Amino acid sequence: MKNFKLIIALVTLTSIISCNDKRTPQLQYMPDMYVSIPYDVNGVNGINGEPVNLKPVAGTIARGGYATYDIADTNEGYELAKANVNPLEASEENLANGKAMYDIYCATCHGKKGDGNGVLSQREKFSGIPNYKDRDINAGTIYHVIMHGKNLMGSHASQITYTERWQIVQYVEKLRTDLAK
Amino acid sequence: MKSVELHNRLTKLLLKSFTFLLIFAFSMSSYSQDIDEARQKEGKKLFKSLCASCHKLDKKLIGPALSGIEERRENDWLKAWIKNNAELRASGDRDAIAVFEEYKGSNMTAFPQLSDKNVDDILYYTTVGEIKKKVAVADNATSGASSGEAPGWLIYILASAIIVAFLMIASLLKQVNELKGNTAPGESSNLKRDLHELWAGLKRNTFLKVLTTIFLMLIGAYVFFGTLFKVGVDEGYQPIQPIAFSHKIHAGDNKIDCQYCHSSAKHSKTSGIPSVNVCMNCHKNISEVADDTVVELEDGIVLGKEELDLEIAKVYKAAGWDADNLEYTGETSPIKWVRVHNLPDFVYFNHSQHVTVAGLECQKCHGPVEEMEELYQHSPLTMGWCIDCHKETKVDLKGNDYYKKIHEDLAKKYNVDQVTISQLGGKECGKCHY
Repeated sequence: MKNFKLIIALVTLTSIISCNDKRTPQLQYMPDMYVSIPYDVNGVNGINGEPVNLKPVAGTIARGGYATYDIADTNEGYELAKANVNPLEASEENLANGKAMYDIYCATCHGKKGDGNGVLSQREKFSGIPNYKDRDINAGTIYHVIMHGKNLMGSHASQITYTERWQIVQYVEKLRTDLAK
Repeated sequence: MKSVELHNRLTKLLLKSFTFLLIFAFSMSSYSQDIDEARQKEGKKLFKSLCASCHKLDKKLIGPALSGIEERRENDWLKAWIKNNAELRASGDRDAIAVFEEYKGSNMTAFPQLSDKNVDDILYYTTVGEIKKKVAVADNATSGASSGEAPGWLIYILASAIIVAFLMIASLLKQVNELKGNTAPGESSNLKRDLHELWAGLKRNTFLKVLTTIFLMLIGAYVFFGTLFKVGVDEGYQPIQPIAFSHKIHAGDNKIDCQYCHSSAKHSKTSGIPSVNVCMNCHKNISEVADDTVVELEDGIVLGKEELDLEIAKVYKAAGWDADNLEYTGETSPIKWVRVHNLPDFVYFNHSQHVTVAGLECQKCHGPVEEMEELYQHSPLTMGWCIDCHKETKVDLKGNDYYKKIHEDLAKKYNVDQVTISQLGGKECGKCHY
């Protein structure tokens, strides 16, 4: 009698526990319809052990894409980049999206106003982030730094598209003139 | 009696003077020269705003560690270097060229705006470093000693108290068991008889029989369908990840936008797991967490600074980053994150349609991610859940003339001001299943 009770208690307990196990996924009905046969994004398996999301072949441009930024990440490259100009027209629309992108990708460190006083700076995770007005920058060098990073800033080329980068450039230039006032 | 009191007093006095001497000696040794606090503060402020993006006091960063730089270089040379290092290099100064080449030609910003006094203040700060507050240190030393003793005592007392309590409970239990053992047989036979009578009564009453059968069938159906409805629904799924990444620290405390890391959500079908280069954008600099950082995992495991620093080291290993020499080794090993949200292959879902076109917050579907130490699936991600939202949400067509006419027609047809997604066809099978 005592054993029987114990067994019942154990069975209920394990069933309750196993139902609430967060660490394992639930049972799938017909997994062949759930799991994709083609390669999944961020999937582990590639072709013959090589990842499938390789870099494009050198010297090629994607359809509707833009030429690769081929100025090197050197001091000479920085000087060269000064000659680049923003290919986008200065419009409200570009500026608005530039602001939206700036707030996502730049403001955490550089601050909403570009004064170098972002959240990460306030929380002392990063220090010494310059105020835009204290640096001699122009459209070409801003783009260059987004592409390659500078000092402790990393490259943001993988996160932002060509158009968005130039929109950010436009917005940063506006912030800089606002700060210099 | 009196002599004892006197003796006590004397020892107290002696001890006091002795600790005082000790503290004094300590403060003397660490503050052999008096620190000009105002100057140190001024220097620290300048250092934090101008130098700290590339230099640390105790560690190599983009440039060399600067603690005690005055002992290694002449003051005049330092001034010339800081104000305009390019000029100094151009003048053919060998030391300057050597430093420039040692740090792979990274160009230090020139600071011609700094006055000699400014530079001296900065150098002063690099020499004296952080001020450890004298009084606070002394206080800590004494209070630490006295309070350090107290817990030791308390713990022993507590431990012995627990052992005693344990023994008491054990003996009590033993007694109770003995008492129970005497009466148990009679009780169980009573229970048996009761159950037997109940069963006999049940067999005679047809109505009760039917009722019990229905009850049991209902319970069975509930358990059966309850299990079936869970098939393929992973609400609350919270797998153990290879790195104890806390969304709470990154998105909550540091307020980094979701799309900073999940940058493909705005243009593509998937929101994307960030590649390690995105981690390294910040973690190149942040190799250690703050001292009081704590991550609490679901299993009750609490990770402190020591464990979390090891987690950051895992990121370095994946990126092939040599944290001592500050360079990439080229030996990378991908992080194998465990996927949490996974829609079945037979349904099409596009992130950009929801994030960019509809302008939804990520939290609408993914829940309060910025409060999660460990990520879990917040929503059921079932079809019913999708449809519910499509039925309620009104389409915002502002600035989209392409849909203007069809919206007017549909609004007239359904007799509403603004159509919902399902009225625009968001409930048709082929929209998501094809």
